[in-house]
Amino acid sequence: MGINKSRLEPIVFHTLNGILMIAIAIVTLYPFVNTLAVSFNAGNDTIRGGIYLWPRVWTDQNYRAVFAGGTIFSAFGISVARTVLGTVLSLFLTSMLAYTLSRKDYILRKPITIIVVLTMYFSAGLIPTYFLMKDLHLLNNFLVYIIPGLISAFNMIVIRTYIQTLPEGLIESAKIDGAGDFRTFISIILPLCQPVLATVALFIAVGQWNSWFDTFLYASSKQNLSTLQYELMKLLSSSMNSNSSAAVANGADLGAARNMVTPVSIRAAITIVAALPILVVYPFLQKYFVHGLQLGGVKE
Amino acid sequence: MANTPGAIPEQTTHTAVVKTPMLKRLRGQRQLMFMSLPIVAYILVFSYYPIWGWVMAFQNYSPAKSFTQQEWVGLKHFKFLLTDDAFLNVLRNTIAMSVINMVLGFATAIIFAILLNEIKHKFYKRTIQTISYLPHFLSWIIVTGIVASSLSVDGGIVNVVLMKLNIIQEPIMWLSVPEYFWGIVGASHVWKEVGWNAIIYLAAITSIDPSLYEAAEIDGANRYKKMLYVTLPGIKSIVIILLIMNMGWILEAGFEVQYLLGNGVVVDWSQTIDIFVLKYGLQIGNYSLATAAGIFKTVVSITLIFAANSISKRLGEDRLI
Repeated sequence: MGINKSRLEPIVFHTLNGILMIAIAIVTLYPFVNTLAVSFNAGNDTIRGGIYLWPRVWTDQNYRAVFAGGTIFSAFGISVARTVLGTVLSLFLTSMLAYTLSRKDYILRKPITIIVVLTMYFSAGLIPTYFLMKDLHLLNNFLVYIIPGLISAFNMIVIRTYIQTLPEGLIESAKIDGAGDFRTFISIILPLCQPVLATVALFIAVGQWNSWFDTFLYASSKQNLSTLQYELMKLLSSSMNSNSSAAVANGADLGAARNMVTPVSIRAAITIVAALPILVVYPFLQKYFVHGLQLGGVKE
Repeated sequence: MANTPGAIPEQTTHTAVVKTPMLKRLRGQRQLMFMSLPIVAYILVFSYYPIWGWVMAFQNYSPAKSFTQQEWVGLKHFKFLLTDDAFLNVLRNTIAMSVINMVLGFATAIIFAILLNEIKHKFYKRTIQTISYLPHFLSWIIVTGIVASSLSVDGGIVNVVLMKLNIIQEPIMWLSVPEYFWGIVGASHVWKEVGWNAIIYLAAITSIDPSLYEAAEIDGANRYKKMLYVTLPGIKSIVIILLIMNMGWILEAGFEVQYLLGNGVVVDWSQTIDIFVLKYGLQIGNYSLATAAGIFKTVVSITLIFAANSISKRLGEDRLI
């Protein structure tokens, strides 16, 4: 009896554990598959319910409606622009700062490090920040997506930690060859930091792509500055209050196809459009992100 | 650029005897300063200067008046907040959702990490893990959209499954029952972050000395005893560090989920301090009160972070700051 039980136990455990893990994977993936199915299903058919894994009345009208009005198209462009510009600028400045603070003999190293690191622990809050943006004429200005978040103390620390692991001799020999600090940074440090820069770039890019709150706060009155996430947010709140005007307006110029497009189906299509870039870069993301998390963990 | 480095050493060596080493160092670090000081100026403007705005909390601030014309009211807004039912209500919601998110987040991530670690098949394990942290990279907009459609009364998967299993007879309007709101927010966090949060524990588990398991096995420990007496103690210190660190963010229950999932019916359970600040500040225009609420949050957070830091120091764990 006892022997029997101890032989059976691993099988029972591994079977149950395996099933649980598969269940977790299904719970994680199902919503995406379902959203994809709804986004390709005719809106007036989706209302009848019963769409799970596959569209019943196949259509691409939802996607046509999403891109027809021009609103979503422009929002897509703004999202791409802020992601690219914001990532490149932020990465360059953050790593430049990280380089200077990795120089052990730099006399301002201590005070500047304190000034930067302290920003991780406090924030002035929503209202004072809002007034600052207003005073700097950043309200309803594309630059509000780029400028306020340029330097993150956390990213700076991650890059600095990496630079400090590089052999000191490389920098010394560059100095002997007559390169100034800026030259050294551009031609020695940046190329050597590629792995950590890739990690941090992905951190920043995902943050940029996913953010909507700055649009909501600082640029909501300017339609041509709207982002994909913000359009999705507007749709979400309008369909939750079962007021479909925004979504229907998008599909309005599709004439006959109009009733094939409902707020629910439009929302599904935009969700897919907004999630797609993330899903596409996900294989890279997961490689570098996990790496980056460990890099960050090493310091603290 | 190529010529100047050659020219400068000549000058400096000539005067080096007169100049203090300090000045010489300063000279050699001109480029470092050019590279860092503009960024420092930027940080001072964007992160430090706005703190000046805190004076609004001690005034009856009106944007139309100049600084000297503002009416000073001392701690009036703070006193009002701490006796105001609406604020105490959002404070309660904030703390409750923070605690729920924290407890659920820790428990699920640790359990998931331990169970995933039991999977011996490498490829299978990697696949599950890769899938599990996919939602982490999606925005809260997308996640709340998914949550809302999963919970919907017409065809939402949660209601469908529960009805198929005969657990409920009628679809439940999950998002319209105030008492469910905290739980839904907690579950949404778990769905989005469990895989991501587990990464750090999985790393900690793999660094546990395998001989400890072998010793336990010789002592007759079964699988569950090994989890309890080897694995858990092995990740104890990282759990404690993270727990303490998270205590500092107890007033950071978030804004996005509550704002996006909340609606008129559940408002007494859904609003957090951040939403309060947004409502009073930018929608009602009571800048002073909103700033006071923001200060309250920041001051409590900083106090907790430093307290957490000193607790972890006393416990002999790594310092956090």
